[in-house]
Amino acid sequence: MSDLRITALDKFYGNVHAVKGVDLEIPAGEFTVLVGQSGCGKSTLLRTIAGLEDADSGSIEIGGSDVTDAPPRDRDIAMVFQNYALYPYMTVFDNIAFGLRARKTPSGEIGPKVKRAAQMLAIDHLLERYPRQLSGGQLQRVAIGRAIVRNARLYLFDEPLSNLDAQLRDEMRGEIKRLHLELGKTMIYVTHDQIEAMTMADRIVLLRDGRIEQQGSPLDLYERPETKYVAGFLGSPAMNFAAAEISSVAGRLAVRIGESAVLPLPNARQEKLASWVGKPIVLGLRPEHISRARDGDSREGVTRCATTIDLVQPTGARTYATFRLGGTEAIAELQAHDVSQPGEPIELAIDMNRALIIEPSTEKVIQ
Amino acid sequence: MKLQQRRRLKLALRLAVAIAITVFFLFPIYWLFMISFKTAEEIFAFPPKWWPGQLQFDNYAVPFKDGDTITVWNSFVVASVSTGLAMFLGTLCAYSLARFRTGGENLANWIISQRMVPPIAVVFPIFLLYVWLKLVDTYVGLILLYTAFNLPYVIWMMRGYVNDIPKALEESALVDGCTRWQVLWKVVFPMCRAGLFATAIFTFVFAWNDFIFALVLTRTEVSTYTVQVTHYFGGQSNFWAKISAMSVLGTVPIFIIVGFMQRYLVRGMSLGAVKG
Repeated sequence: MSDLRITALDKFYGNVHAVKGVDLEIPAGEFTVLVGQSGCGKSTLLRTIAGLEDADSGSIEIGGSDVTDAPPRDRDIAMVFQNYALYPYMTVFDNIAFGLRARKTPSGEIGPKVKRAAQMLAIDHLLERYPRQLSGGQLQRVAIGRAIVRNARLYLFDEPLSNLDAQLRDEMRGEIKRLHLELGKTMIYVTHDQIEAMTMADRIVLLRDGRIEQQGSPLDLYERPETKYVAGFLGSPAMNFAAAEISSVAGRLAVRIGESAVLPLPNARQEKLASWVGKPIVLGLRPEHISRARDGDSREGVTRCATTIDLVQPTGARTYATFRLGGTEAIAELQAHDVSQPGEPIELAIDMNRALIIEPSTEKVIQ
Repeated sequence: MKLQQRRRLKLALRLAVAIAITVFFLFPIYWLFMISFKTAEEIFAFPPKWWPGQLQFDNYAVPFKDGDTITVWNSFVVASVSTGLAMFLGTLCAYSLARFRTGGENLANWIISQRMVPPIAVVFPIFLLYVWLKLVDTYVGLILLYTAFNLPYVIWMMRGYVNDIPKALEESALVDGCTRWQVLWKVVFPMCRAGLFATAIFTFVFAWNDFIFALVLTRTEVSTYTVQVTHYFGGQSNFWAKISAMSVLGTVPIFIIVGFMQRYLVRGMSLGAVKG
């Protein structure tokens, strides 16, 4: 059964069409991440689900009942906000208990429930403090506590970690995922951070311009993007794109970039691309599919290419190396000591088995 | 001169200036209080006596005996009821303006412009209207007028305070199960408590200090203390003892209120100052 079903949802802000006919179904117990660049409509979609914005058309069902016109309090949801939304004049205990009291929970049940939620988040020693006495990470835990203390059907998170520093963010990411496993509740999480989306989601819903560009499991989207946009959005460093053309060299198909680079296509892809000979395409290559060529490595579909490195960015385990591929700048993700300084000549191995061939006008992935 | 000495001299100079300014502003109040305890001879003594020979309360006994002190009570009733009304209605209006963009961008500016009308310009038309409505010399009449006159100020101030509350605090309460009214009560009021108190004090003081409306619109029934004090200025002589005693009685309530609420007053004013 699905916990949330959205049908043909539209939302306007004046003349701005923020959400454009979105259909979305989220099964019970799933952790769904709505991700996209700022202004793509992900927060608006979440706020419309919460009832904080009115839908202009379409319908929203939560747990099988239509809540399109219901006020937020009647939607059986709990929500965590980006800037914590804690009441400065209440203690941590009262902040967490706020929702229980607003819903007239018997006072005997409030104490134990608040304590249990606080224990899950390791903030049970802070219950008597006021928000101003807490650190950013603790504030975020209290905000999450406010949501999980209630037994809601749907838990909504609106960029909850974006105010935290990087280290704390990593920690809280794991924490929220662990909470999801423990509670088994349906959660919808909004973020602009593709790493958060990849690491946390059971399913990613990637939004662009108020529409769903693609949805699926994180690896599904990463490995089988349907459009250039999805391919470029997920992954860090981002996928390399180069304007190219399919050409036939000695009876075999290859991708030609500019004048100098010719990358033969693997056997498996020859037949399917036969009709594209002479036509322009965009080639998509993930940095990790470009490596330093090793002696004796001659897998099918892997092309060797001699070049010089323009820029070296070591990150520890990996080193990002910028080079030119037929006139287009590209990044290769090499092992730490594969390259030491700019200007170094190197032979790279490009795995064309994993390359994306994209139709330039529609930006759809052909293969 | 040594650095330390120079610093001390500077500090002493600054203190001297501060003390001079304080004395300048406090002296009239000091003099008012002193007169109220003096006998008739002491009041007119020359050279002036800086403090009364003995503490005596005769000057206060007279207005109590004559029943004049009822006017202080009248002032208190109209000021507090109208403040309560203006605060309640004004805060609701302010919330609506701030959160639902009621009336667009310009309505708030138009509302505050109403506060700038000089009272003297409207008091006589209002008097004619009140005669017709039979509201002259009634509590209801004065309360209505002070409420109406204070509303723009309350709306303007409270709108600023409401705007300063992060929206997410209210949205979070809505999701947690509150209605809009509960949000107002449980989130908005506590969040702008300092602003509420500061605004209420100014509203109260305006009604408390008003003279022109009370002068025109009251006769004998609900005359306020500001009007009463003017009755002691006679054609032949002025009753300084009574004037000073009544003035002290009229000043003390404000002292007490501001004393209790000083904390909120300062915070509330600076809140508004940072973000208008």
